[in-house]
Amino acid sequence: MNFTLKIWRQKNARSKGRFVTYKISDISPNCSFLEMLDQLNEQLVAKNEEPVAFDHDCREGICGTCSLYVNGHPHGPDAAVTTCQLHMRKFKDGDTIIIEPWRARPFPVIKDLIVDRSAFDEIIQAGGFISVNTGGIPDANAILISKSDADYSMDAAACIGCGACVAACKNASAMLFVSAKVSHLALLPQGKIEAAARVQAMVKKMDDLGFGNCTNTGACEAECPKQISITNIARMNREFLTAKVCTQKKRVMAGGGI
Amino acid sequence: MALAGLFLIVFLVLHLAINLLLLKSDGGVAYMKAVGFMTSNPLIKIMEIFLFGGFLIHILIGIIIQIYNWMARPKRYRVEGFSHTSFFSKYMIHTGAIILVFLTIHFVNFYFKKLGWVAPPEGVEREDFYQMALLLFSSKFYSVLYIILMVFLGFHLNHAFQSAFQTLGLNHSKYTPFVKGLGTAYSIVVPLGFALIPLIILISK
Repeated sequence: MNFTLKIWRQKNARSKGRFVTYKISDISPNCSFLEMLDQLNEQLVAKNEEPVAFDHDCREGICGTCSLYVNGHPHGPDAAVTTCQLHMRKFKDGDTIIIEPWRARPFPVIKDLIVDRSAFDEIIQAGGFISVNTGGIPDANAILISKSDADYSMDAAACIGCGACVAACKNASAMLFVSAKVSHLALLPQGKIEAAARVQAMVKKMDDLGFGNCTNTGACEAECPKQISITNIARMNREFLTAKVCTQKKRVMAGGGI
Repeated sequence: MALAGLFLIVFLVLHLAINLLLLKSDGGVAYMKAVGFMTSNPLIKIMEIFLFGGFLIHILIGIIIQIYNWMARPKRYRVEGFSHTSFFSKYMIHTGAIILVFLTIHFVNFYFKKLGWVAPPEGVEREDFYQMALLLFSSKFYSVLYIILMVFLGFHLNHAFQSAFQTLGLNHSKYTPFVKGLGTAYSIVVPLGFALIPLIILISK
């Protein structure tokens, strides 16, 4: 298969960047999108040109490292897959493919197609954790969890934090990601202890980082490689509103030694 | 945003119910009775303040959120918007702006006349909304404009209804499909009800 690629090239975070057109031929239809880019890069290196920088790691759709906004879709036109799972047979021979980095203020471009997604790490650090007892390993069935809750929690936990939701959203909102993380923990008894504080801290962090607001457009859900549902967003809104209304004022404790 | 929106959604039903009295062929007695109640009842007077507050909050927050949302993506995509989405949700600010323009005209046509800020048409009392409405709808241009605006109101409401529930966290596997259906029905029936009045007046002439 032959393709014309229009790829966003940007030397570093400060430089301006532009689209560069490349022609590539003899691509196998069974080739993955990233393998196609590998072949392009081999050709560029052979010509002594700078290869195209793009994120990738596991190449089996579980790590959430690969990104790429392909022809108006995060992770390309195929549904429920990451870019590494996208095959070139999904395109037509001779197609022009436009490849852009994720675009959002909290995701600045570092180089070419690589963006800095550490904003997501900051959101997780703000509250995406639970307290656990140290010591021996607890019995697996010590805490009983309803099957339905466990299933809904697992659905939310499928989020790989790739950022496709932010990339797809017309407002560059991170609500689907944050709601998946909040739901995953809030549905389980282990996550209940910090639930009220967690949702408030994570939402605040998300807002502070400059992500947009949710307008319930649903592009995130449509583009999510793990098919995370926007019912999680409603759950987070519910958690957030109840937390805001019901949380008591923090008790000021006197420190020791005074 | 959602709360103010839901409040306005409830208000629209009441507004429509009163407007439909215009169609009753009793020379406007029933309509003016309803208008009289709405303008003099002390409880309604208090609700009026809430209503203006609701409009103001909805408009202001809507604009602020939109500005933040634009700021969240300073560099736009070259190829944009191919994801499957709730279509009208992408144009809420635009349909909202159109409704705001209409709302201004609407205020000049009725409320400001009642307050005496704008002179009522010749030979019409400043509180005679019945004559004012009939006079406005006697203009073909205004009637057609009004009907077109109702279409945009429908677009706005189509996304608004279920979106408000989602924002308030009221999502449930059993009830959400019903809410979505009700929202779609509401967004068709209410604007259609409003549009019916000039339409009937146009046809009956």
